[in-house]
Amino acid sequence: MSDTPSQDRVVRVASGQGFWGDWLEAPRRQVEGGPVDYLMLDYLAEVTMSIVQKQKERDPNMGYARDFIGAMESVFPAVAERGVKVIANAGGVNPVACAHAVLAAADKAGVRDRIRIGVVTGDDLLPRLDALLAEGHELKHMETGEPLSTVRDRVLSANAYIGSTPIVEALARGANVVITGRSTDTALTMAPLRHEFGWAADDWNKMAAGIVAGHILECGAQASGGNCLHEWRDIPDLANVGYPIAEAKADGSFVITKHPGTGGRVSVPSVTEQLVYEMGDPHAYITPDVVADFTSIQLAADGENRVRVHGITGGPATPFLKVSIAYRAGWKAVGTLVYAWPDALEKAQLADRVLRERLHNLGLSFDTILTEYVGVSATHGAMAGSGEHAPEVQLRIGVRGPDRASVERFTRELAPLVLNGPPSVTGFAGGRPKVEEIVAYWPALIDKRAVTTHVDILE
Amino acid sequence: MHVRLLDIAHARSGDKGDTANVGVIALKPEWYPVLREYLTQEVVAQHYAGQITGAVQRFELPNLGALNFLLHGALDGGGTLSLKTDAQGKVFSTSVLRLVLDVPDDVAAAAGLPPAPAA
Repeated sequence: MSDTPSQDRVVRVASGQGFWGDWLEAPRRQVEGGPVDYLMLDYLAEVTMSIVQKQKERDPNMGYARDFIGAMESVFPAVAERGVKVIANAGGVNPVACAHAVLAAADKAGVRDRIRIGVVTGDDLLPRLDALLAEGHELKHMETGEPLSTVRDRVLSANAYIGSTPIVEALARGANVVITGRSTDTALTMAPLRHEFGWAADDWNKMAAGIVAGHILECGAQASGGNCLHEWRDIPDLANVGYPIAEAKADGSFVITKHPGTGGRVSVPSVTEQLVYEMGDPHAYITPDVVADFTSIQLAADGENRVRVHGITGGPATPFLKVSIAYRAGWKAVGTLVYAWPDALEKAQLADRVLRERLHNLGLSFDTILTEYVGVSATHGAMAGSGEHAPEVQLRIGVRGPDRASVERFTRELAPLVLNGPPSVTGFAGGRPKVEEIVAYWPALIDKRAVTTHVDILE
Repeated sequence: MHVRLLDIAHARSGDKGDTANVGVIALKPEWYPVLREYLTQEVVAQHYAGQITGAVQRFELPNLGALNFLLHGALDGGGTLSLKTDAQGKVFSTSVLRLVLDVPDDVAAAAGLPPAPAA
């Protein structure tokens, strides 16, 4: 593990999950399809923390990505017998419960004696939120500048995005499974590289290289042919798509590839598409560990399904951590009806006017009523043309507002249109739209010194 | 000469809150300078006029032959607030490719740009 780093030694980090809900087959395929040293599983999106927080409120033993337990069961042989290590931010708001569930599964699989879990905690700020506010941490919304106090009574979860350092510590203490809560997606890939190559925390170019590798891997197959627009018709065998793997070297360069015999494609265009995904200012890709400069990244084809990535530079990290806060922000519902040719769009438009008039006559008011005509303008708006001859149009109407009863009443107003609105309408088999509580995202910054992480080893 | 962005670039888009990001990537390295010169912030802002509520920012990535655009106020509040089908800005990647650039003939010829098919 901590051999003297040689310039030629390669560490392979495989991406096995790009979000909670990604392909269940991917983790097992990554550890069985060829040599890998680490399996990285990213489960957390911006809104996931609030979902798991609600689950924990209902059951104190829940609050983590349950898919992860199945994923672990599918890779236990590789972990127990071949030394593959797993790093996942599956812990949600309850990494300790997640770890115990993995241990129970390991017990059942007869491999518990070979599983050593590092649990990273400290990202959860909810229990300390009032104390932090009292100490003067305003947790202002990063975009609007509003102080958190305006929504404090509606906050469901608050987690700092933590970096790679505690994961590196867990690996150094011999963990072969590391479970975190809200660590950054990129830290899951960068931590094993720091651990293996002994990169110093202020070796900014190496830290940046780890982040770029992490950014490429964090969305699963999106780097290896999935959702790839470039020559999409020619991307082979998506049914057996191979998820991306980074083969990293001590100098900070790496090759993105996938297992032989898998589908999909790793090419300069496929990797470039993933690099620009969710990008802000490319000169300053800010993480807890480093500020990476995406304008330094050099890509080169390196054989079939291999792309070499090198030249990456970065600079000192900021004194802040980003905080992901989720709060209750009202109610919403979205309903649909389908109108058929002739004049499908015109019929749908009339139905929209009728519905809005009825909502108005009922005295209901909403923050927003949004109408889309799927098949005409839902994805590209007016630039897509008039939709005059559309063979069918799905009317899609959504409302949101603070009053649950109003949203509930809206959901009762769609079905009647089938019999008392414009003609040639169908597609209401799904029944009344579901009323959902909106859990909104409040991004903020906090002084790094206010957040302390801990690593516990469970076995 | 009119050149369809669809014929000279590919793209991927995503979200950060209420902002959509659109990365536009030249299909050939020699076409990147054409993107840099003619796919301006103003051209993109005009393209999305009426569809987004905020400003457009542009960043250059010559190393990737790409431009990154941030379209603010593009997602009806974004994330879970948004009522849009494309709440996460996934298909701005293709709406941007509807753009037709007006490129001087000599520049287009020198770069070997494919002309837009006659309408």
